[in-house]
Amino acid sequence: MATIVELPVESFEGIVDPDWCPGCGDFAVLKSVKMGATKAGVSPKDLVIVSGIGCSSNLPGYVHAYGVHSLHGRAVALATGIKLANTDLKVVITGGDGDGYGIGIGHFIHAMRRNLDLTYIVMDNQIYGLTTGQASPTTMKDQRTKSTPNGNVEFPINPIALALVSGATFVARAFSGEPNHMADLISAGIQHKGFALIDVFSPCVTYNKVNTYPYFKKRVYRLEDEKEYDPANVRAATERSHEWGDRIPIGLFYKSEQPTYESSDLVLRKGSVVRQNMRLDKSVFQGLITELM
Amino acid sequence: MNDVTIGIGGAAGDGIDKSSETLAKTAARSGLYAYGFNSYQSVIRGGHIWLRLRLREERAYSQGDHLNALIALNQDSIERHAPEVESGGAILFNADKLRVNIPIRDNVLTVPLPVAQLIKPFAPVAPVMQNTVAVGALIFLFGLNFEVASSVLADTFGHKGQAVIDQNVGILKAGYEYAKEHFVPLGYQWKFSGERRPYVTGNEAFSIGAVAAGCRFYSAYPMTPASGILTWMAEHSERCGVVVKQMEDELAVANVAIGAGFAGARAMCATSGGGFALMTEAIGMAGMIEAPVVFIEVQRGGPSTGIPTKQEQADLNQVYGASQGDFPRIIMAPRDTADCFDTAVEAFNLAEKYQCPVIIISDLLLSEHPETVEPGRFKADVPIDRGALLKEVNGKNGHYKRYEFTPSGISPRALPGTANAMYVAATDEHDEEGVLISDVFCNAAVRRKIAEKRMKKLALALKDLPAPRIEGPADAEVTLIGWGSTAGVIREAVEQLNASGIRANQLHFKYLLPFHSKEAIDILKNCKRTICVEMNSSGQFARHLRAETSHAVTDKILKYDGEPLEPGAIAAQVRAILKGQPHSLDVSQSEAREIAYHYVRVHLGDEVRPGHIGKAEGNGYGEPLWNVEIVNRETGAKTGELHVGVQTGSTHSWQPAN
Repeated sequence: MATIVELPVESFEGIVDPDWCPGCGDFAVLKSVKMGATKAGVSPKDLVIVSGIGCSSNLPGYVHAYGVHSLHGRAVALATGIKLANTDLKVVITGGDGDGYGIGIGHFIHAMRRNLDLTYIVMDNQIYGLTTGQASPTTMKDQRTKSTPNGNVEFPINPIALALVSGATFVARAFSGEPNHMADLISAGIQHKGFALIDVFSPCVTYNKVNTYPYFKKRVYRLEDEKEYDPANVRAATERSHEWGDRIPIGLFYKSEQPTYESSDLVLRKGSVVRQNMRLDKSVFQGLITELM
Repeated sequence: MNDVTIGIGGAAGDGIDKSSETLAKTAARSGLYAYGFNSYQSVIRGGHIWLRLRLREERAYSQGDHLNALIALNQDSIERHAPEVESGGAILFNADKLRVNIPIRDNVLTVPLPVAQLIKPFAPVAPVMQNTVAVGALIFLFGLNFEVASSVLADTFGHKGQAVIDQNVGILKAGYEYAKEHFVPLGYQWKFSGERRPYVTGNEAFSIGAVAAGCRFYSAYPMTPASGILTWMAEHSERCGVVVKQMEDELAVANVAIGAGFAGARAMCATSGGGFALMTEAIGMAGMIEAPVVFIEVQRGGPSTGIPTKQEQADLNQVYGASQGDFPRIIMAPRDTADCFDTAVEAFNLAEKYQCPVIIISDLLLSEHPETVEPGRFKADVPIDRGALLKEVNGKNGHYKRYEFTPSGISPRALPGTANAMYVAATDEHDEEGVLISDVFCNAAVRRKIAEKRMKKLALALKDLPAPRIEGPADAEVTLIGWGSTAGVIREAVEQLNASGIRANQLHFKYLLPFHSKEAIDILKNCKRTICVEMNSSGQFARHLRAETSHAVTDKILKYDGEPLEPGAIAAQVRAILKGQPHSLDVSQSEAREIAYHYVRVHLGDEVRPGHIGKAEGNGYGEPLWNVEIVNRETGAKTGELHVGVQTGSTHSWQPAN
């Protein structure tokens, strides 16, 4: 089981206790989100956590911050709107693999190529948990689930490789068995200027009997421990993203400083639109009418 | 009073829009009213484009049902529309390429223009610029002001430099002078008030209304006929401080708009029926999390991809029924172009006051047709009411309750970034604080009260909205009922009926949800006979009206062929209904010609066209037939006969001539 490390994260302590199954990987993610946000120096009033639907998408309700528990698959799109309206907010998206890599994959890909300053944490348990155990987009080939009783015939999505080709500027993977490491990645992701993906191995202890804590414990290694590994090298990152077997890498795969969407948009450069005067200047308005005459 | 309709016919890519705009703005700058409608196809080049521009000394409420001048840019347009030009009118065309090869009405002037010769001094001249010759000639014939037209061209091409302006004005003058030399004017004496009026589409009016009302976020995915809003917003984004975001699909469009609305920006998105279908789940979310957002649904011909560039009002059921569950939504259908501006302003205020999605339902005609509006009609200082919006929250009184149960149902709203007010907006059912009651602690009592809290807002909103009223004589023998964009054309039909001795009036609905049931019942119980006029095949509004008022309309006039209603046609149908004549769904002679045109295009090619059409008996289905002669375009020789079923419209058989 995961060891939970206590940190002074009281300010993010929500009023509701999680209703996840005992031992669920998402507990560690919740803790790491609070730790990561604290470490990144974010104030609860300036943090908005947006989720979709699924077990893991209940997370915003357990954090003392602003949140939207939105629709299945739409968290990334909704978060995009929040960020575009108020660039002063820190917007963190949380959800599961079905939510993000299944029903919401279109938004996921487009959000990455936009490079908005968003942090996306996917609690990837490789199964649909809330609907009691059907195959998800990351369920491994041949795995038996309720919807694939004869074994999954499809190949899983590779979120890390997908993020790399889609233009994400911060691509990382964490494991619920290593919450401190995860908190560091979340903190770095929040502080990164641009789109950050943190895919988390967050085991479902009830419905996925393959990708368990022991499964990952004996396989994962940290990229940070590889002396020669350079997260600025997208080719090296791509190569590592395909490593799956006896050794599975976690940590920061790739990081690159690129102009963010909000720094490129001519309107947003002037600051958050929620802070702008709502009334148009009279001469600007008159100009709009004159051009119709 | 002068009332002139000019038709311009050609193919996509011929520059018909620009020619029409020059004429319309010339009239609008001189103090006339203009109303244009472009019947176009979903192609970029080719096809048949038919634009009608109506000029009047008093306001025009529709494109009308006359034709006084034709500018034909291809032979097809002459064949189709030259016979429609009314006595006293004119047919203008390029004599180098086209000729009037079919019978036209008496006392119609044919104006063959030697375009190549006239534009020679200005060479090289782009093909689309050649239309300006006809525009110049028409300005002379119809007594419009040449100097004003020149000023319009100068402004239109101002960004391209003086040489281009001079070239265009020169071509305009060549056409004008040629007409002056060879023809006498048609005798129109206009009373030019000199008042300059903006010439504006509904989509432009929505956009300008929105930015005046403080809209600072607009999202869209391109879709006809809503794309005009995206184009306008993108072009004016920086000037008006609006974040404009084209998204990957309409699901994203709706969700980003809701996110922006939640975060505190006045947010809007627009689409047509198919895109709206994708937005529906998100609209329910806006209702559930009580986020203010404005949606515009610009209807086009459905179902499915349907007729993307054609007019219909058949998405009403979809807008009413969008998304699962009960939640408050406000639906408004603006009645004309100027009202699009007002409705956008209203929508933002209602959305924030009642913290719910507001849906504006428009249609292709309303959104895309341009018309003049009164100068000063659009004002910068519109009312802005943000509703119960908290600037700060005192943390001393316990937890902030985002969804506080209040007598009105409206809970004061704090925006993210406000201290002491952190909450989660959940699409799961929740309590006053936003804590879920959907999972572990489901609670029937809390559920009942929060459902009532949300829905209560609608009853309150209804009091904010003006009630419907009868327009026209109170003691009418027939009342025409409509909704949305058809207000103007029904008004003109009512005028025609009254002028011909039938006392008629009009009951028009803009506010569709919440609905003024009580007021409507009070009006309807005094109506002698009611006819619902709408542009769909099932009478969607008539059904809604019955649900809300128990009033079943006496009759319906339904149009679903993709072309807008015309006042004369409505009046004629009303007269037929009053005489007790059953409405025939048979193929008319002119429809038989259209069906033949379609057959020709698909199977026979451009060298032939429909000719004489007569009726005959019998075929495989046992129905009467239209026998359509197909003739060679050049020689007029018969190439065969097409048989079209009078009842089914089937092209039963094609018999080539021996």
